[in-house]
Amino acid sequence: MNAMLDIRLLTKRYGGLLATDQLSLSLAPGELHAIIGPNGAGKTTLIGQLGGEVASDSGSIVFDGQDINGLLPAQRALRGLARSYQITSVFPEFSVLENVALAMQAHRGHSFGFWTPMLKQSELVEPALRAIEQAGLSHRARAMVSELAHGERRQLEMAMVLVAEPKLLLLDEPMAGMSHQESGNVVRLLQGLKGRYTMLLVEHDMDAVFALADRISVLVYGRIIASGTPQDIRNNEEVKIAYLGDEALPI
Amino acid sequence: MMRNTLSAWFAAILVALLLAVPLYASMAGEPFALTFVSRVLVFALAAISLNLILGYGGMVSFGHALYMGLGAYVVGILAQHGVTNGWVQLAATLAICALVGLVTGAISLRTSGIAFIMITLAFAQMFYYLFVSLKQYGGDDGLSIPARSEFGLFSLASPLALYYVALVLVLLALALTHRLVDARFGMVLRGCRINERRMNAMGFPTLRYKLTAYVIASMLCGLSGLLYANLTGFASPAYLAWTLSGELIVIVVLGGMATVFGPLVGAITLLVSEEILKALTDHWMAILGPLIVLVVLTARRGMYGYLLDIDAWRARRRQPAAPLTSKEQP
Amino acid sequence: MTTSLFFIQILNGLQLGVLLFMLSAGLTLVFGIMNFVNLAHGSLYMMGAYFAASAYAKTDSFVLAALVGIAGSAALGFLVERVVASRLYARDHLDQVLATFGLILFFNEITRWVWGASPVYMNVPPALSGTINLLGISYSAYRFAIIVVGLLVALGCYVLINKTRVGMLIRAGSSNPTIVAALGVNIKLLNATIFALGAALAGVAGLMSGPILSVQTGMGEPILITAMIVIVIGGIGSVRGAFYSAIIVGLIDTAGRAFLPMMLREFLDRSTAQAAGPALASMLTCIFMAAVLALKPAGLFPVKNQ
Repeated sequence: MNAMLDIRLLTKRYGGLLATDQLSLSLAPGELHAIIGPNGAGKTTLIGQLGGEVASDSGSIVFDGQDINGLLPAQRALRGLARSYQITSVFPEFSVLENVALAMQAHRGHSFGFWTPMLKQSELVEPALRAIEQAGLSHRARAMVSELAHGERRQLEMAMVLVAEPKLLLLDEPMAGMSHQESGNVVRLLQGLKGRYTMLLVEHDMDAVFALADRISVLVYGRIIASGTPQDIRNNEEVKIAYLGDEALPI
Repeated sequence: MMRNTLSAWFAAILVALLLAVPLYASMAGEPFALTFVSRVLVFALAAISLNLILGYGGMVSFGHALYMGLGAYVVGILAQHGVTNGWVQLAATLAICALVGLVTGAISLRTSGIAFIMITLAFAQMFYYLFVSLKQYGGDDGLSIPARSEFGLFSLASPLALYYVALVLVLLALALTHRLVDARFGMVLRGCRINERRMNAMGFPTLRYKLTAYVIASMLCGLSGLLYANLTGFASPAYLAWTLSGELIVIVVLGGMATVFGPLVGAITLLVSEEILKALTDHWMAILGPLIVLVVLTARRGMYGYLLDIDAWRARRRQPAAPLTSKEQP
Repeated sequence: MTTSLFFIQILNGLQLGVLLFMLSAGLTLVFGIMNFVNLAHGSLYMMGAYFAASAYAKTDSFVLAALVGIAGSAALGFLVERVVASRLYARDHLDQVLATFGLILFFNEITRWVWGASPVYMNVPPALSGTINLLGISYSAYRFAIIVVGLLVALGCYVLINKTRVGMLIRAGSSNPTIVAALGVNIKLLNATIFALGAALAGVAGLMSGPILSVQTGMGEPILITAMIVIVIGGIGSVRGAFYSAIIVGLIDTAGRAFLPMMLREFLDRSTAQAAGPALASMLTCIFMAAVLALKPAGLFPVKNQ
C-alpha cells in the first residue's frame, strides 16, 4: 500500500541553526504517528513545512502520491491536508458553529455567494454540527468563541480540522494547556478516529502518546534519532538519554 | 421583521427622519438642509463602501477618496465633452473604478500592514497629481461641470431628485451590506480580518476574495463621486486628497466599524460636528484634530457599535445560549 | 539637451535623494522597531522648516536657524512620542493612522494660525548663494551643500547604527523588539530617543528645503508620501534600504519632472508638458514601486526577522 505521507531528506536552516536536518519519515494510511522530542527539537517547524507555511530548503514531501512542495497552505488544505495549531488559532468573534461551518465552506464550492446567509446552508451546517458533536462541543455550538474556556477552544480546533474529512491530520500539540480530564476527552476523540484518518501527532503528553500512537518517532535537533512502535521507543536507550540525561523516561 | 432592540429602533428612526428631510426643507424654507443632508448621504455611501473593506475586511486603505474623485471626474469630463446621459456616465464610472480598483488592488494586496496603508496612499496621490496636471480639465482649480446628469425619468439637476437618489442608493447599499456580511463572501472577508493565516490553512485562496471586495468597494465609492459632482457642480483634485481619505476612515470608525449602520451614523456625526465647530471658530481643525486623537485613544467601538453592544448585553442577560444537536437548525 | 543640463539634473536627483533619505530614515526606524505608522512625520519636517525660517528671519544667522530647527523638531518629536505615540504602540495600525492623521490636521492648522496662510520665504544663506564649479559645470552652491550635508548625515547614521551601542540596540530592536526589553534596556527611553532622532532628521530635511521650496502649511504631506514609497521599496525597518532607495527615487522623480516634459514638448504645448511634470514623476515612482513589489514584496533590503 502506498504511503499517505512520504517525507524525504527534508532540511530547513534558520541562519546558522539547522531546524530540520535531512529528515525522512513515512506514514501509512490510517496510521497515527506521534512525534515526540525535547523542546526546540524542531517539531513545530516540521509541521510548518508540511502545512506549507514554512518553505523547506531541500527535500521532498509527497502527500497521497503527489509532490506538494511549493504548494500554498490553501492548496494543500483543499487536497485533504488539515492542520491544527499549537497556539489556538480560531475566530473569536464568530460562534463555534460559524467557525466550523466556515472551515467546511472552503471545501464546498466557491465563496462568491453574496446573498444567502452561510448558516442557512445545510451543506455547511450539517457537517459542522456533526464535527462539533464529535469534538464534544454540542452544548456550546451557539456560543461566541471569545466566551469559551481554553480547553473548549482546543476542542473547537479539533472540530475545525475534522469537518471536511481530511486525508491527513497534522495535530500540533492538541492537548497543550489542558487539564487531565480535558485531555482524556481528546484522547477518546482521537482514538475514535484511528484507522479512518491518517494522523501526525506532535505531543508532549506522554500518557496520550503511548495510548494512541501506532508508531512514534523521536525528534532531537531536527533529526529523528529513533522510530518504531511505542514498545521500541520505551526501551530505547538513546531516547531516554536525549530526554532526561541518564534518568529513565517517566512512563 | 424588525427586532425589538435599541439599535434597530435607532436605525428605523434615523431612516424615517431622512425620508422626512425634503418635507422639512420645503416647509421651513431651508434649502440648505437639503444640500447638507445630501452631502451627508454622499459621504455615507462612500463610507459604506470603505466599511466593507476596512471594517469587515480589515484592509486599511488610506486612498479610498481616489474613487470618489474618479467618479466625479468621469461626470465632469464626459459633461465637458457633451455627454450628459447619466446612464452612460454611470457605466463609465463603474467600469473605470473597477479597472483602477483591480490594478491598484492587485498590486497593493501583495503587501499588508504598514506597507499596504502606504501604497494605497501613494496610488491615490499619483492620481491626484494626474488630475492636477490635466490643465484642459481645470487642473489645480478643478473642473466646473456644465450640466448635471440626465437619467431620462429624472435629472440630478433637481436637488430633490438628487437627494432621493442618494437616499435610495444609501439604503440599497445598507441592505447589500446587511445580506453580504452573513453570506459566504462576507464570512470569508470577515475571516480574513480576524485570522487570515487560518483562512489560508483552511483552504481559502484569500487574495481573490479580498481583491473582489476591494473592487466592489471601488465601484460603490465611484458612485458616491458621481453624486458628489452633481451635488457640488464641480470636480476637483481635492476630491482625491489624502485628507478626504482620512476623513472617510474617521467616519467609518466613528460610526462603528463592521456594523451595517455605522457608516451612516458616522457621516452624520462627523459632518454635523464639523458644521458646529466651523461656526465656533475659523481654526476648527485645530480642535477636530486632537478630538480625533482622543476618540481613537478612548472609544473604538463607534457610536452604533456601542448600541449593538448594549443590545447584546441585554440579550445575554435574558437568555443564555442553548445547546444544539445535529437535528436542530440554528 | 546638453550634457551639463543632464548632469545638473543628476545632481538635483541626488539632492532630492538625500533629502528623502533624511526624511525616510527616522520613519523607517519607527515603523520597523516600534511597528508604528507615523503619518505625522511630515508635520515634523514642516515644523523644522517653520522654526528655522522664523529664527532665520529674526537672527539672520543660518547656523542659529538650523540649530533652532533641529532642536525644535527633535523636542516636538519627543513630545509627540511621549504624549501620543507611546500609548499606541500596542494598538493596531488603524488606530495609529487615525491618531497621527488627527495630529496632521492639528499641526497644519497651528501653522496657519501662527504663521498665516501665505507661504513663508526663507532666503538662501549668503555664504552659499553663489554657484560652484564642478568639473566644468556650474551648480548651485546651496544645493551642493544639501548633497554634502545629506551624505554626511547618511555616514553619521551608518556609524551610529553599526558602530555604537545605541546602534546595536536599534539593530536588535529592528529584528526582535521583545528581547531588547528583556535585556533590561530602558525601552521607553530608547523608543523616545529613536523617535526624537527621526524627528531631528526630518527637521534637518525641512530646514534645508526651506530656501528651495516654500515653507507653507501642508508642505509635509506630499514629500511624506514619497518618503513612504521610498521605505516600501527599501524595506521597512532598513535604514540602508532607505538610503539606496531614496537616491533611486530621487533620481527617478527628478527625471520625471525634468526629462519627460522635455520629451513631451515635442507633442504637447509647453504649459501642458510642464504641468505634467509632477504627475509623471509620481507615476514613474509608483510604477517603479509596483515593479519592485512584484519581484520582492518585502522590499529591496528587507530586515531579516529573528
